[in-house]
Amino acid sequence: MRALRVIAAIVVVAGLVLFGLVAFAWRSEIPAEEVAEAAQFDPALIEKGVQLAAVGNCIACHTVPGSKAFAGGLAVPTPFGTIYSTNITPDPETGIGRWSEVAFQRAMREGVDREGNHLYPAFPYDHFTRVTDEDNRALYAYLMTREPVSAVAPPNELQFPLNFRPLLVGWKFLYLDEGPLAANAEQSEEWNRGAYLAEGLGHCGACHTPRNDLGAEDKDRHFAGGEAEGWQAYAIDASSPAPIPWDRESLAFYLRNGWHELHGVSRGPMAEVTGNLGLLPDSDIKAIATYVSSVMGEPTPERHQRADELREEIEGRSRGLVAAADSQDSPTAGDAAAEPGAAIYAAACASCHEGSRPQPFGGLDFSLSTAVNAPNPQNIVNVTLFGLPPADGEASSVMPGFAGVLGDEQVAELLAYMRERFSDEPAWTGLAEQVRRTRTGEYKVSVKPADGIERAPINVGAEE
Amino acid sequence: MAISLNVNGATHRIDADPATPLLYVLRNDLALNGAKFGCGLGQCGSCMVMVEGEAVLSCVTPIMLLEGREITTVEGLGTIEEPGPVQAAFIEMQAAQCGYCIPGMMMSAQALLQKNPAPSDEDIRNALSTNLCRCGTHMRILAAIRRAGEVMQSAGMTGTSRRTG
Amino acid sequence: MTDILEKGGITRRGVLAGAGALVVSFSLLSRSLAQEAAQPPAPEPPKLPGSLDENRFLDAWIRIDADGAITVFTGKAELGQGIRTALLQVAAEELDVGPGDIEFVTADTGRTPDEGFTAGSQSMQNSGTAIRHAAAQVREILFTEAARRFAVAPGELRAEGKAIVASDGRSVGYGELVSAQMLHIEARPQSSFKQPGTFRVMGKPLPRVDIPAKVTGGVAYVHDLRPEGMLHARVVRPPSPGARLTSLDANGVEAMPGVVSVIRDGSFLGVVSDGEWQAVAAMRALAAAARWEETATLPDQTDLPAVLQGLEREVGVVSESGSPAIGEGKTFEATFTRPYQIHGSIGPSCAVAQMEGERLTVWSHTQGVYPDREAIAEMLGMPLEQVRVIHMEGSGCYGHNGADDAAADAALIAQKLPGRPVRVQWMREQEHAWEPYGPAMLIKVRASLGGDGRISGWNYDLWSNTHSTRPGGAGALLAARHKEQSFTPETPELNISPSGNGDRNANPPYVLPNKRVLWHFLPDMPLRVSALRALGAYANVFAVESTMDELALAADADPVEFRLRHLDDPRARAVVELAAERFGWANAALPRGHGRGVGFARYKTLAAYLAVALEVEIERETGRVRVVRAVSAIDSGEVVNPDGIRNQTEGGILQSISWTLYEAVTFDDTRITSVDWSSYPILRFASVPDSVEVHIINRPGEPFLGTGEAAQGPAAAAIGNAIRNATGRRLHDLPFTRQRVRNAIGA
Repeated sequence: MRALRVIAAIVVVAGLVLFGLVAFAWRSEIPAEEVAEAAQFDPALIEKGVQLAAVGNCIACHTVPGSKAFAGGLAVPTPFGTIYSTNITPDPETGIGRWSEVAFQRAMREGVDREGNHLYPAFPYDHFTRVTDEDNRALYAYLMTREPVSAVAPPNELQFPLNFRPLLVGWKFLYLDEGPLAANAEQSEEWNRGAYLAEGLGHCGACHTPRNDLGAEDKDRHFAGGEAEGWQAYAIDASSPAPIPWDRESLAFYLRNGWHELHGVSRGPMAEVTGNLGLLPDSDIKAIATYVSSVMGEPTPERHQRADELREEIEGRSRGLVAAADSQDSPTAGDAAAEPGAAIYAAACASCHEGSRPQPFGGLDFSLSTAVNAPNPQNIVNVTLFGLPPADGEASSVMPGFAGVLGDEQVAELLAYMRERFSDEPAWTGLAEQVRRTRTGEYKVSVKPADGIERAPINVGAEE
Repeated sequence: MAISLNVNGATHRIDADPATPLLYVLRNDLALNGAKFGCGLGQCGSCMVMVEGEAVLSCVTPIMLLEGREITTVEGLGTIEEPGPVQAAFIEMQAAQCGYCIPGMMMSAQALLQKNPAPSDEDIRNALSTNLCRCGTHMRILAAIRRAGEVMQSAGMTGTSRRTG
Repeated sequence: MTDILEKGGITRRGVLAGAGALVVSFSLLSRSLAQEAAQPPAPEPPKLPGSLDENRFLDAWIRIDADGAITVFTGKAELGQGIRTALLQVAAEELDVGPGDIEFVTADTGRTPDEGFTAGSQSMQNSGTAIRHAAAQVREILFTEAARRFAVAPGELRAEGKAIVASDGRSVGYGELVSAQMLHIEARPQSSFKQPGTFRVMGKPLPRVDIPAKVTGGVAYVHDLRPEGMLHARVVRPPSPGARLTSLDANGVEAMPGVVSVIRDGSFLGVVSDGEWQAVAAMRALAAAARWEETATLPDQTDLPAVLQGLEREVGVVSESGSPAIGEGKTFEATFTRPYQIHGSIGPSCAVAQMEGERLTVWSHTQGVYPDREAIAEMLGMPLEQVRVIHMEGSGCYGHNGADDAAADAALIAQKLPGRPVRVQWMREQEHAWEPYGPAMLIKVRASLGGDGRISGWNYDLWSNTHSTRPGGAGALLAARHKEQSFTPETPELNISPSGNGDRNANPPYVLPNKRVLWHFLPDMPLRVSALRALGAYANVFAVESTMDELALAADADPVEFRLRHLDDPRARAVVELAAERFGWANAALPRGHGRGVGFARYKTLAAYLAVALEVEIERETGRVRVVRAVSAIDSGEVVNPDGIRNQTEGGILQSISWTLYEAVTFDDTRITSVDWSSYPILRFASVPDSVEVHIINRPGEPFLGTGEAAQGPAAAAIGNAIRNATGRRLHDLPFTRQRVRNAIGA
């Protein structure tokens, strides 16, 4: 009897817990609405939505290259399995065509879909929760006036029990700090605007902040560097590896144009980001730059001094002060055997990277290269192997890939040489293995030419 | 110091600065006209050759990286009397205007067809993404590569087998 | 000289012996000699067809040797357009021989007639016509002579295998029939051509004779010349158009491996080496060792319309009829612009030159061997007859690119290094920065629609220069401008001609009772410019056809029907109707985001008729435009090689797509900033259409009409019209970049 009571008590308690959990997790379905025709939205609101969607880089995750914009279905690999982005076109059956604005607001704020299902944080609602109602209204107006596309994303491929969505309640409990960002009264209006854009819709931290075992951003290491699609998203805090420290002006120029003469061009997933940011007004670009540069903080006097020296050196070089004799230093065969990295550099790299064509189309002087200076060589491995494929019909940096001619050891030798020559940082380790994994696709890297969105250019990044 | 290059099945001892891009050695030392100088920057594809089956831009590839490796130029695909399938297809489709970019196109095509005997149009376009043509011969180039693929497939010439020299 | 040619392997069939060249040179000179000898002066000679008028002797065009070898000469050059094949077909047809029976010699000041430039789509009209008449008259001579020998009527004879065969089987070879004297006679104005029904070569898609060598690595381009003892040169151009060389320390460069010589002449700088890669390395070192004084000479790129209007010197009336005032009712008014654009040959310019004793020979891919010779001789202070310019193919030319400048570079260096052949190869950055560009243009249109749905008024104002700064004078050559004893370019003059240049196709092909077309003439351009394929026709047709579409919309009319409403030339109507029909214009349903447009022009108002209808798709989110399919119809008169016409027209459409969607030279106030394919994007395979159709209307018996440039304007216009159709927005400024399209269509 006693045992029975104990069991009953356990059942009751368990039931209550389960009920509580479900009750806590449960979100009501918001009734479907036949959402109004496009004409109902104020064009000014839509126009604002264009800019906001650009900040959010929505199109990048919600579009499969080669398919219609915002129709979803893009595979987003996570450590827990593959999640497919959803169709956010106004198609009533397969998209968000029956979502009321309230439902949209809730998705952005709480990470819950119209039917009441919890969404996986691959949709970065831990950032989007910061977006104001007013901005969500504009985004909603923008999305509801896109071309409706009938497309159903494939089901997610997640390991049990992660495919049980109510568990996300726990994740949210731990990591979702719901609601708008409180304004920092000590900072300027511009700084606060920048913080709002960068921390909210811009979700910079989604790539630039390292993640913990549960896939959440490590708040204590805000902007300390992460990764995306096989590329390093460099630290954009005080530990930024850029040889010349970023400041507000250089960041603003970079975000606006996708390159900066002292930093080179954006590539990998960041190229999409800077491409989108081109739609923003200068004031917003400057605001983001103000905020991010404040997170980076004032560089140490040592960094400043090193940067000044570097600038002077570069300045001298671009004025052509290198003696003609210097150009005769092309390696002889003897050098090639003794220091193969140097010989490869001189033969294959120097003609562009020490050439006369200025940034962004000429090769960057490697002493300015963040990639050569970074703790992890992944990005320069990617670029060396796969190059920078040309953008279709647009002026863009173009670099040939060298995967066809450089073996793993040769790339390793080349990069080791460049690290030694162009950076004060310690040598990289395990280079050849990293090159091999990247080349074979064991480590997946996405390198696609910018061909617009409705063509599917081949991923030249790795053998698939 | 001389470097040994294997071009179109023949071995050549080349006495040149190891940093010399392959293109100049092919054109001047070996008197092979197929690979063309277009930009010297790896941007246009007119210098394309194959190195062990991969399309490679010879204008930015120093010979020091190629010692002993199998290099194929357009001269290795066939001769004017006996053109190879890709060459024959370009002639059949009259896929040239000035023709300057065409050898590079053919080498990109050859590398593609050896790996993928039945490429889709999308595959062909992707394989030619670095090759530029200024005369606007693109439609015929695409047609010629499709045709070459058909011919090579029916003759069982794709896969790893390859014609050199 | 012949040694070089043979060792370089210029032609597998070898080169004719020097004597042959002598004979021809003599025949070229003989016209003036004959005129001097004839006292008193003969009456005005009759006008002869095509280029025969300037080169009147049959043996200037056709030579038949005693062994039966037939040589045909043209002053025109193969530029990748397939002209060698088409001219060969004409010659073979009228000579009644196979194309393989003819040795064909193209532009060479030592051997061929002076036909000026290979430009303006005139090779078939001028050289084709001349060769056709010359060949027909030679055939007639052969038949007459054979008839005399066999004592039969010419009608009983036929040609077979370079011989004339009588009905009884007797036969005599061409070589046995003629002596050199027989063909050294002036051509007559009229010829009796073969009947189209008996054609064996003409009208057939004869495969291009140059393609097999080009796809198998044969010697095909001037770039491929490798004469014994050849040196490799590179030039170092100034960093900007206004720069001047102030100092140079060349000691280090001269000590570099392989360097033979550093050439400095004023601001002209070059280096000569044994090996090509050594020359490249030395060029870079030389560039680093040079100090320049730069001046800001370039205009504000962001405000080209104001810049161009500010350069106006005088106004010419291109066409005027009725009342120039714009009528009541619906009006359309717009400003169209076109930027500076490049020729952008895939192979940068190249030339080989050799000074032997007093004589200079230059191998060049110039469009005009004779004018180029004149310019080079003037630059070097040499007598004309000591300079020989031989055309050898380059990468596609599309007008006046860097060819003549590279030839001048090579000539200047060769003069300083007598004896050895010198090859100059431009680098990619040099071609992009220094070739003469297609000029920027500004066009303002005002037009009105009458109550009857027809155009009631048309005002057209064009700001442009002449579009041609080709050689003639040494000042047209970069090297001549940069050297110490410098030459300055000639100032162009306003000249209204039937075919036009800057004003080409500014006069619409439509029936317009009231119109005024004015050319606001700009003698100087702040950037160096010259002829780019189609010259002014590219932008003029774009503006005219964009306006036609807007007026059609205002008239609530179908754009095709609206054009037909204003066209009375049946051949013009025929190409518009055919393009529309094959496109399926009547079946209007297009997918969302797609649009269709049509464009028409008769090139130069006297060459080929071409209409194109095309469909575009527009990516709303990015502004990317892609032409999905294009359907064109062309009437080039009597067809010589249908596949050649198709190839040229396809190419014209695709090149125009590239110009229209992507291309603009960029610059700051001092330097050109578009210096490679990164900074100056062109069409790539990703955006090539799914299909391009060319439908030919053959007009047997009608004159040959120039074809090569006919598509540029109509294709650009059709793209603009298709974007308008898809989005409701008219784009006025070329090119239609992603950003411009996205800005135009908004959210």
